Amino acid sequence: MMYQLLDISASTIDWSRGQFALTAIYHWLFVPLTLGLALIMGIVETCYYRTRKRFWKDAAKFWQKLFGVNFAMGVATGIILEFEFGTNWSNYSWFVGDIFGAPLAIEGILAFFMESTFVAVMFFGWKKVSPGFHLASTWLTGIGATLSAWWILVANAWMQYPVGQTFNPDTMRFEMNSFFDVALSPFAVGKFCHTVTSSWIIGAVFVVGVCSWYLLKRREQLLAVNSLKVATIVGLAASLLAAATGHDSAYQVAQTQPMKLAAMEALYQGGKAQSLSLVAGVSPFQQPDYLHQQEPPFKIGAPYALSVLATNSFEGYVPGVQNILAGYTKNDGTKEPSVAEKMARGRRAIVALQQYRAGKRTPEVKQTLRDDMKYFGYGYVKSPDQVVPNIPINFWAFRIMVGLGMLFILYFLFAGHITWHKNIADDKWRWLCRAGIALVPLAYIATESGWIVAEMGRQPWTIQDLLPTWAAVSDLNSGSIIITFFLFLALFTTMLAVEINILFKQIKKGMEAPSV
Amino acid sequence: MSYSFFQHYWWFLVSLLGALLVFLMFVQGANSLIFSLGHTPEERRMVVNSTGRKWEFTFTTLVTFGGAFFASFPLFYSTSFGGAYWLWMTILFTFVLQAVSYEFQNKLGNLLGTRTFQWFLIINGLVGPLLLGGAVATFFDGSNFLVDKQNLTNFMQPVISKWANASHGLDALLDPWNLIFGLAVFFLARILGLFYIINNVDNKAINERAHRQLLYNVVPFLVLFLAFLVRTLLKEGYAYQPETGVIFMEPMKYLHNLLDMWYVTLIILIGVVLLLFAVGRTLLRPTYMRGIWPAGIGVVLVVLGLLLCAGWNNTAYYPSTANLQSSLTIANSCSSLFTLKTMSVVSLLIPFVLAYIFLAWRAIDRKAITQEEIENDEAY
Repeated sequence: MMYQLLDISASTIDWSRGQFALTAIYHWLFVPLTLGLALIMGIVETCYYRTRKRFWKDAAKFWQKLFGVNFAMGVATGIILEFEFGTNWSNYSWFVGDIFGAPLAIEGILAFFMESTFVAVMFFGWKKVSPGFHLASTWLTGIGATLSAWWILVANAWMQYPVGQTFNPDTMRFEMNSFFDVALSPFAVGKFCHTVTSSWIIGAVFVVGVCSWYLLKRREQLLAVNSLKVATIVGLAASLLAAATGHDSAYQVAQTQPMKLAAMEALYQGGKAQSLSLVAGVSPFQQPDYLHQQEPPFKIGAPYALSVLATNSFEGYVPGVQNILAGYTKNDGTKEPSVAEKMARGRRAIVALQQYRAGKRTPEVKQTLRDDMKYFGYGYVKSPDQVVPNIPINFWAFRIMVGLGMLFILYFLFAGHITWHKNIADDKWRWLCRAGIALVPLAYIATESGWIVAEMGRQPWTIQDLLPTWAAVSDLNSGSIIITFFLFLALFTTMLAVEINILFKQIKKGMEAPSV
Repeated sequence: MSYSFFQHYWWFLVSLLGALLVFLMFVQGANSLIFSLGHTPEERRMVVNSTGRKWEFTFTTLVTFGGAFFASFPLFYSTSFGGAYWLWMTILFTFVLQAVSYEFQNKLGNLLGTRTFQWFLIINGLVGPLLLGGAVATFFDGSNFLVDKQNLTNFMQPVISKWANASHGLDALLDPWNLIFGLAVFFLARILGLFYIINNVDNKAINERAHRQLLYNVVPFLVLFLAFLVRTLLKEGYAYQPETGVIFMEPMKYLHNLLDMWYVTLIILIGVVLLLFAVGRTLLRPTYMRGIWPAGIGVVLVVLGLLLCAGWNNTAYYPSTANLQSSLTIANSCSSLFTLKTMSVVSLLIPFVLAYIFLAWRAIDRKAITQEEIENDEAY
């Protein structure tokens, strides 16, 4: 219904979104382990380089084998993501390609080549290069992967908080006017720090899971205990950093995407001194009646916490969905227009652009373009409810992510203490090992939940306020997209099953060389 | 430096990346011959391990080629990828198959078996070069699309680029000349793959088979490539007026380009000579192993020259057969001056990147791959 005025079928838009989500979700199953395990591999190999003990070399090789199995899938799913901007979102690619293409190109030139060059040395160079060269290659593989994360997150952050650009009516697109505003946007910095630290958690949890299994099976105990020592330190540091950067990310969202925050909190009617919902009766299966409810039923909140999170002040004003739709006064005293007004101004911008293109380049037309272009995307919106994202998904995904994040802190604190100061191989800590294994799927659920909040929370925008999904899509029939969706679903699922099976076999095999 | 300079500079860089990609498709070429070169599981494993240490470069160059095109000529990215959907999706699908096949094929618990993953490599080796070649041929022969930026102000249908038929890119293969060029690139990739295997694998039987295969692939390549080249030079081409941007058909446009740009002609000729030298010397002297280097440099030069011929000298590099004025030129499809300038600064790092690739490559390629290495060292 929402797209009925468009000549593009809703099915095309939904399947394009679905295909992109499918690829991104699969991609994000492999990338965080690459980033996290790269750090742990680097530390383990550094131990070898410094001590020259055979054990550390074998341990480094063991983790590198598991890294290699996972790495290939990250690469495979990544290529599809990059090209899907063109294949499924062609209008988007022209409208903002002048800005968005640059980080992708830099990612290729600076990060991918570094990663792909040194990963080959890391895998095949043990007997061909010096230990120093090999160690450098291992770290450069991780640095390359992290640099890659930086540039793709710069690109993603720009979609959520577009800065450093102006609209050019002659070329009908946004054009970059400040590379540094784009590359060093506070949104990008926050997103990068939160994403990378959460990936380190995945790496640490994975190592904890594998080592815990060995301890339960009473195998590879030297590898398990020493790797656990590294993983618990990395995991604890990463969990605390992720919590801190998570707070920063939430603050950024509150400043730039208040509707996303309102959806994350199921905050229908905002105000000052808002409490943070710990739990509330938000049905996971249907959009709540946000227009007529004051707040969700059975809400239990932490007093003032939402205001502190969103404004760094106990008394800070946080708008709810109703306030954002109707317009509100921000904490700095400026007025945020209602969605209806933004829609009217968006349409004015589109009409002014039509006039400009038709040759009517009067000062009034140019002024309208200057004033109203920031609401351009609202011109394609037919009714205000289209700009409200799915509240249940955001609400619950956010809680799952934060709740599990807290659990990781507690686990790493306790398991770190036991690993470093007691004998974790002792029978009385077998429950801790079982818990360590259980954390592995939970870590993936947490990290995917984070991305679900980030991406579902900004709907319907491909670029915040400037381009909704239905104006960004390619002119394709939905049948083509449905076929490729299921092809990729089958391929990725099969390969995931293969990867998991290979990982299990490799883990069962353990370190091949004797550890002396 | 002018806007036009940066447009030409970025077309040069994209062309160079495209040329490097074609060279690096020796990985696909050799993979398409896995069963011809390796008659035993051990021999096949040597071939796979040889290309398996380079596949990341091909893959990364493909991704960077896409990224650079996106950053410098976003209208091409938008029009070609969104329009020729099936062509690009098929190419990508086979590259995904390739990416996992190396790591998985000889691992315990790979579920599908070694042979399945080797067939994935072969599929990528057959389809990848053929379709990428077909896609490049459309730079000379045109594609069936429409571009109207005015659509952005159309509330009903804001999409600016549309494919003018329902096949979404597969129609490119219905044009016999695209198919001819695609096949030429396919045979070229195999020739390069054979040169690479001869140099990189220390095994007498594989080496002898590679020499034999070289002849089988050189002949069809030369016939197909020369047919495409002669026809392209003599046919009408897509030109534009630099002052007005109006696109028009010009008889023998690409021949004129080579005559106007003598340096491009020289690049192509040097490339052809190097490739023929590599072929001749390898066929005549079985002990000569290093044909991959002159052939590789030659291929980079020839493809670079062809792509420069497609985009420079006021030529529409992505012509539209549905509406001539929708054709893309380096002037009407490029990024803003600011973005091109910024990206040009980044491009200064490319020599540094090439230097460390060279160093790392040399470090692990000092010795050709042997059976002993596969058995006793890290291997796929």
